[in-house]
Amino acid sequence: MSDAQAPGPLVLGIETSCDETGIGIVRGTTLLANVISSSMDEHARYGGVVPEIAARAHLDALEPAITAAVAEAGIHLTDVDAIAVTSGPGLAGALMVGVGAAKALAVALDKPLYAVNHLVGHVGADVLRDDGTELELPTVALLVSGGHTSLLLVRDLVTDVELLGETIDDAAGEAFDKVARLLGLPYPGGPEIDRAAVGGDPGAIRFPRGLSHQKDMAAHRYDFSFSGLKTAVARWVEQKRDSGDEVPLADVAASFREAVADILITKAVAACRDLGVPRLLLGGGVVANARVRQLAQERCDAEGIALRIPPLSLCTDNGAMIAAIASQLIAAGHPPSGLAFSADSTLPVTTIQG
Amino acid sequence: MLLAIDTSAGTSVAVVDRDRGIIAERASADTRGHAEIIGTYIDECLRESGVAIAALSGVVAGMGPGPFTGLRVGIAAARAFALGAGKPVVRVVSHDAIAFAEYGSVQRPASSTEPLLVVTDARRREVYWSAYEGTDAAGLPQRVGPAGLCVPADLERAVPDYSRYRRLDASTVSAGAMGMLAEALFVAGEPFADAQPLYLRSPDVTVSAGPKRVS
Ligand SMILES: [Zn+2]
Repeated sequence: MSDAQAPGPLVLGIETSCDETGIGIVRGTTLLANVISSSMDEHARYGGVVPEIAARAHLDALEPAITAAVAEAGIHLTDVDAIAVTSGPGLAGALMVGVGAAKALAVALDKPLYAVNHLVGHVGADVLRDDGTELELPTVALLVSGGHTSLLLVRDLVTDVELLGETIDDAAGEAFDKVARLLGLPYPGGPEIDRAAVGGDPGAIRFPRGLSHQKDMAAHRYDFSFSGLKTAVARWVEQKRDSGDEVPLADVAASFREAVADILITKAVAACRDLGVPRLLLGGGVVANARVRQLAQERCDAEGIALRIPPLSLCTDNGAMIAAIASQLIAAGHPPSGLAFSADSTLPVTTIQG
Repeated sequence: MLLAIDTSAGTSVAVVDRDRGIIAERASADTRGHAEIIGTYIDECLRESGVAIAALSGVVAGMGPGPFTGLRVGIAAARAFALGAGKPVVRVVSHDAIAFAEYGSVQRPASSTEPLLVVTDARRREVYWSAYEGTDAAGLPQRVGPAGLCVPADLERAVPDYSRYRRLDASTVSAGAMGMLAEALFVAGEPFADAQPLYLRSPDVTVSAGPKRVS
């Protein structure tokens, strides 16, 4: 049996919530195509994602990405059983491009359309793994990227997702970008900080772990904050420079990265422990950071928590994860979303289908 | 027969036919809800017109000028519909559709020599404008150069020979008129608009001088 004949509905997913135009095609839980067109290079000189540049890039990239995905999957566009699209959360102008296109495509093909929550999509990406293992539920999910830092409790992929906590200021990926910038490193910051941290001592400087003090824990037990950390790094570097000392780049990068990884994994593991859920799933582009993955593995092993990390191509924003959730919705008998839903930049994670 | 989509002002969708004129049209002046209503409008226009998708010869996209967030939704929808339906996309400058409708009935285009200035809201206290020297013999509006963008107070200076023109401030663009204009352009063998949306504004970002001090 070839992949294109795998069981389940054939779904094309469209993702445009940030700077990646993602088109994915899945049949059931089988990944057939995952085409990603990124406008990252266009944002580099601004040190972060510029919403208008991202939205313009989506408009240019959509049609070629759909065509490429259809070719990669070895299907005809008219073969699809359903269309899926990210309806939120994300950048409003960027989301609207995908939603407008998805609606028109669904009408043209006369196929049902499913609006999908982007964050739940990150969790859904795991069902597309082809290593023979299955996603076990409930699981805690830690989703970390340039756009979001969220801790979820997932009891069911299509009916029961709860937000445990999220960042109250910057996303973790943004913190990497901003700290890279103040260290004079290019965008995106994650891989640059990683490179700079080689040989550095992660314990050299004790940078603050946001919202970890006793007084914060009552209201923000599972929430994150990275703006104080960024400021602490900036202040430390300024003091060094002011006193004429050389900034120990590797130590600063390693210590900063350690602070981010530590707080992320500490809170995620605490959630697993508190809720009695011995499973943790990681998602989002920051998963590319080797230290985050390594620390997660160490702490999960120590606590007897099963750690799942989907392949990186499914961790960063992509359309396949959106198609995967729609496929699950269809399998569970959920009706399509219709044509009247809106793009919702603040769509709550409890709204799995928009 | 053509499906026409324009979101350069509000949202407008139509199905038109060279001989029968505008068969079905939906329009909303709401300048925010483009992504919300576009799918319903396309679906309703097709159903009401009774025209099968297979019977369409193409899709018309209104390329603006228009404020970017909304403008993009219609272009994205036109391209995606065309891809799904296996039809070509043709592009029309949205202001041209306003002028085309103003110069004569879209059903029976009339020839005119009247200078016309089309002005639409560009938000941020600016306006888009296009100047026309009347029409050709087929009733196709003859635009003088590309569309412009300026603050309303600067229009008289921005438009050469401003006083010659009858000014038309428009708040909507009819996709029906746009579709009929596309039909007329096709018959006359005239070119369609370029593939680039007419944003007329750069993404407003500035490269910062560098990180600010925190201490
Ligand atoms: Zn994401």
